[in-house]
Amino acid sequence: MKRLLTLAILVVALPVAVSITGSITGSITGARTAVPTAAAAQPTTTITLVTHDAFAVSKSVLQGFTARTGVKVKVLRAGDAGSALNQMILTKDHPVGDVFFGVDNTFLSRALDEQVFEPYDAPGLASVPPEFQLDPTHHLIPVDHGDVCINYDKKWFAKHDLAVPQTLDDLTKPAYDSTLVVENAATSSPGLAFVLASIARYGEDGWQDYWTKLRDNGVKVVDDWTTAFEGDFSQGGNHGKYPLVVSYASSPPVAVYFTKPQPSTSPIGTMLDSCFQQVEFAGVLAGTEHRAAARELVDFMLSERFQADIPLQMFVFPVRDGTPLPPVFEKFAEVAPDPLALPPAEIGANREKWIEEWTDTTLR
Amino acid sequence: MDRHHAAVAPRSRRGGAWFALVPLAFLGVFFVYPVAAIIGRGLFAGGSLDLSSLADVLTDPALRHVLWFTVWQATLSTALTLLVALPGAYVVSRYEFPGRRVVRALVTVPFVLPTVVVGSAFVALLGDGGPLGALGLDQTVWAILLAHAFFNYAVVLRTVGGLWAHLDPHQEEAARVLGASRWRAFREVTLPALRPAITAAAAIVFLFTFTSFGVILILGGPRFATLETEIYRQTAQLLNLDLAAALTIVQLVAVLVLLVVAGRLEGRQSVALRLRAARDTARRPRNRRERLVVGVNVAAMAVVLGGPLLVLVERSLHPPGGYGFDFYRALDSLGDDSVLFVSPVEAVATSLRYAAIATIIAVVVGGCGAFALARRRSGALDAAVSLPLGVSAVTVGFGFLIALNEPPLDLRTSWMLVPLAQALIAIPFVVRTMTPVLRSIDPRLREAAATLGASPAKVWREVDLPIAARAGLVATGFAFAISLGEFGATLFIVRPDTPTLPVEIFRLLGRPGPLNVGAGMAASVILMAITALAILSIERFRVGTIGEF
Repeated sequence: MKRLLTLAILVVALPVAVSITGSITGSITGARTAVPTAAAAQPTTTITLVTHDAFAVSKSVLQGFTARTGVKVKVLRAGDAGSALNQMILTKDHPVGDVFFGVDNTFLSRALDEQVFEPYDAPGLASVPPEFQLDPTHHLIPVDHGDVCINYDKKWFAKHDLAVPQTLDDLTKPAYDSTLVVENAATSSPGLAFVLASIARYGEDGWQDYWTKLRDNGVKVVDDWTTAFEGDFSQGGNHGKYPLVVSYASSPPVAVYFTKPQPSTSPIGTMLDSCFQQVEFAGVLAGTEHRAAARELVDFMLSERFQADIPLQMFVFPVRDGTPLPPVFEKFAEVAPDPLALPPAEIGANREKWIEEWTDTTLR
Repeated sequence: MDRHHAAVAPRSRRGGAWFALVPLAFLGVFFVYPVAAIIGRGLFAGGSLDLSSLADVLTDPALRHVLWFTVWQATLSTALTLLVALPGAYVVSRYEFPGRRVVRALVTVPFVLPTVVVGSAFVALLGDGGPLGALGLDQTVWAILLAHAFFNYAVVLRTVGGLWAHLDPHQEEAARVLGASRWRAFREVTLPALRPAITAAAAIVFLFTFTSFGVILILGGPRFATLETEIYRQTAQLLNLDLAAALTIVQLVAVLVLLVVAGRLEGRQSVALRLRAARDTARRPRNRRERLVVGVNVAAMAVVLGGPLLVLVERSLHPPGGYGFDFYRALDSLGDDSVLFVSPVEAVATSLRYAAIATIIAVVVGGCGAFALARRRSGALDAAVSLPLGVSAVTVGFGFLIALNEPPLDLRTSWMLVPLAQALIAIPFVVRTMTPVLRSIDPRLREAAATLGASPAKVWREVDLPIAARAGLVATGFAFAISLGEFGATLFIVRPDTPTLPVEIFRLLGRPGPLNVGAGMAASVILMAITALAILSIERFRVGTIGEF
């Protein structure tokens, strides 16, 4: 029994000891990096930002906000973009936060219909080009954009002496048999975006034919972006078999950024004809008790400082006019001047029907 | 039943009822109430009770196919797992060989790895260009079955092996001396004694594969759907709460039926056994045949369980341009300027802290449940404590959001949600590992103690507790390991940003670029190492306690 006791003590004490050490070092480093300003003297408000798993911002940038305004920000994450928004809809009578970031244009009309957000005429909108301002009622404020595009493996096409496909039509040609891997539109947001791209291009009547042809030409469907990019894409971690993958316009610079030593050209290219517009929005959650502070946070998201921080934190592009891009984006990113797009209301009205139809055409 | 029995039994029955209150209260607040809230929201979506979606589930051909496939793959997965793991359980519990303890500990590692890690290991192994890519198993049902066997091997090995190691080998030997063949002696002596444990293990494996989520998504690809993946889709992605509620009810009923049937079987098969210390029952292999049996089994474990793990280790050590520790270094520097950056040390500390809290909750709550069940069989209680395994993490998570939204129980933004969710998953394991052992306590021991004048409390302390402690240690190890690797439940709910290691791995694997993926692999290897260490140390103590007993 003594040994048992010892073990019990060990099991409990060890993690506690580790965590205490952790929080001590944490508070030491925290003390070192904290910005000692007048903020401490102001009465501080803490507001809660609810967001999806891909949200990120530099420490120094967010600390700058707190130092200037006295508003502390607690960040809560809530799964992927779709499930995070659905949780906000579910809790709209007792909101868990004050600001939500991460509604994209495919979910925009659902968010508006469900009245999760309250309107705010953010002054920063004046510096945002009209093509990103998809909500004229200003419940949702655009923050970033990152188009979903087909990426290609440059080396693979050189090695196989094959021209890189230029148009969506090219992908149905026999030369490109079994070269494309896409994500499931029902579970993956880039997967859905690419289906929407095909609807924008071929129209309500033609897009299913296009997918029948893609299917006959050996398109591979996997469930999520990670499996597609890292598992099946020939430039991914697993060196898969497929030289074409549905991913993002930012994949080429990001691939360079996360390779050491940095190569002089990106191993990945972007097929510009395939790009579908994706814009992400933030909004003040209806029912907030800290309206002024919540609005300050939204303003901050449109500020130059936050906007310039976006590319290397979230790997998408800023919406504010004239925001300087980091060199790696400047050098390696190609952006489609006029990506495919659909009106949010049309997406909202047909989203589930299209997903069902796509599933029937492509998977069953 | 003689009078003596009758004199002891009522007292212990009352004790059982008190013990049962703890798990019932816990599950009532943190499981039944939230799940009922979300199901209710779905069924009363239009303001009044509407059961039409339930009819849809049972008549719609696509949904019926989902139901059929769920049952079919779970049955095959369970059979396959038993087939590969029972010989392993035999060898590990009956033979003494070098490295036995390490083998026992290592087989548990796959069980507690997050599915996203196992998924990528299997994709690396079975996918195009992987060592087994030529077999063409990727995105087939075989990938699902193999991964399920890989995951659940430890359940069978530990549940069945745990009892097997304590069976008195003399009984089988006696049968042999009396002329029974080796097979007949096994079938008529050992198998009946093992049957409750085999049933318990099969029930757990079936439950686990019936409600499997990550494996189906990652390895099956989008062509396969189970009830669990469909509930996730309808809830988190489409917010069709009515259909999700109907699916949840169907899954709950199926799981309940399974649990009750398994409980009945276990009960009927359970016999009081004379247990022996494990070190008395295991021996060195005596001849070439026995050495071969041990060797083949250990080799099979190494290939089936070690293969995918080795692929992980290899990839974590293989940055572009030769082997090295670059990915491990990247783990501590990638994105350290970000607000949400956590160093691997912090993630490990968070993981250990949450797992320790979850383990304490699970062992206390589950232990009370096991005592109650051992004292008095109750199909309802048995099913109740196992139900969390049968309900989707998404349903529980979304239920928390709408049910626990008023003080004093507004836990929606509290870190306590994470250990609570982990404990819910671990409790059924604690109950299921402890109950068979507690039940097999020979009632004559208690009677003898009582006859000799021991008070009921003393009987419990002197007879039940030492045996319970042993079972409790196994359960603790299991609960700790499960909590450590759990991430499904915590990923879907609103949570403060103190990620555990599995969530951190998920985050790294979800970003492009070789450094992120490599760092994700490195973090997976670290998680594997910690798990193996935790289990190894518990294993050491476990043997020690039995030695004392």
